[in-house]
Amino acid sequence: MSAHGNPANLKYTKEHEWIRVEGEFGFIGISDFAQHALTDIVFVELPALGKSVEQFKQLCLVESVKSVSDIYAPVSGEVTETNKELETAAHLVNSDPYGKGWMAKLQIRNPAELSNLMSAAEYEAYLKIKSH
Amino acid sequence: MAEHLHTRSECSLFDICHMGEILVEGPQAFDLIQKTVSRDISKMVVGQMVLATFTNEQGGILDDLTVYKYSDQKFMLVVNASNIQRDYEWVAKAQKDFHFNAVVRNESDSLAKLDIQGPHAQKILQQIASTDLNTIQFYHFAEPALMDSPSTVSRSGYTGEDGFELYFPVPDAVRVWNKLIELGSKPAGLGARDTLRLEAAMNLYGHEMNETVSPLECRYAWVTSLEKDFIGVEPLREQKKNGIPRKLVGIEMIDRQIARNPYPIFSLHNEPIGVVTSGSFSPTLKKNIALALVQFGSLEKGAECLVEVRGQKCRAKVINLPSYRRSDGT
Repeated sequence: MSAHGNPANLKYTKEHEWIRVEGEFGFIGISDFAQHALTDIVFVELPALGKSVEQFKQLCLVESVKSVSDIYAPVSGEVTETNKELETAAHLVNSDPYGKGWMAKLQIRNPAELSNLMSAAEYEAYLKIKSH
Repeated sequence: MAEHLHTRSECSLFDICHMGEILVEGPQAFDLIQKTVSRDISKMVVGQMVLATFTNEQGGILDDLTVYKYSDQKFMLVVNASNIQRDYEWVAKAQKDFHFNAVVRNESDSLAKLDIQGPHAQKILQQIASTDLNTIQFYHFAEPALMDSPSTVSRSGYTGEDGFELYFPVPDAVRVWNKLIELGSKPAGLGARDTLRLEAAMNLYGHEMNETVSPLECRYAWVTSLEKDFIGVEPLREQKKNGIPRKLVGIEMIDRQIARNPYPIFSLHNEPIGVVTSGSFSPTLKKNIALALVQFGSLEKGAECLVEVRGQKCRAKVINLPSYRRSDGT
């Protein structure tokens, strides 16, 4: 897997999800660190459209060859769109975690929750601490 | 996944030192093994190995193992890591209980085990082996030197590919490993080993087998010789006569979800019929496959069933095993 820098325009969670805010919506995926740690992703169970989720609660899940892992919502909101391409090409989460590997689009319920998330610089510092 | 595919196309090296080796020697070594394993070993020739099981008095599987015959008075039993102590005690107890003149030794800590597997395995291993590997037939072994290390080399494995299992003294493990890597094999881990054996429909202890599963249920009837006497044979003869309660089958998912151990399985009429014992995405076939222990007669070949994945009933169908068979086919 090639290394991907963590884009500065995203916010990150301690569980290694990211969110890209566009107006009242947020696109959600998992970080390069996460895709690398999970190894080859072979299945993504996308959330149902309209599903209401709470911040840091389960949004959907991914399966690698070896394991099943929950993906948590970076903020509370309702699912308005999912990345259907992942149903037949789950490996996009590995090959393009910040682009074609996005999983769901949420209508953000409370923008104030974004302040509970990390910037790219903070996330990188967090990864460094974790690896020591 | 790369490790899995590399094993199928080229050659991988697996560190299997965790597995156990039990040596049985003495004038009645044969009788002791014949009494404790399900397989009739009376036809074995020197240099042959066979797959077998240990069963308890109820006919449930204590472990599966391979038996290597060095002479009429010397055998090696290769057992699963998690069962080493129990297996050793089981054989040692049988030696005492039945007064066989034989010595049982647990050599697991002194023998290293590496598996070299894949279409290029012979070509690579030959470069450090003192014996012509062409002379070793499938499920047979020889005792060549590997880089001067005295070894046992069998043509066998747990991947469905051609390859060899290597046993030699622990102090030689690092240099033999490094040399085989230098010669072109790539390290592969237990994750790859698990998906490779699943595609080849090989059982894993604790998944397809445990003390409540009989060898007749989990596709091990062929390693179970009901006409000879061994511990556990009586209930197995009864089971053969009365019919086995469950049967191990292969399934392939029709819906997109992955079946995993221990998801429940239902008939199309929603009756619970069994459980997934192992399941994964198959890197070779690019399908989601599984092994499942189901009520005997509940699923015919090609029949559909439902696997409950996180509360959702997902469609699957029964397939022939093994899912993967290499093209040159032994």
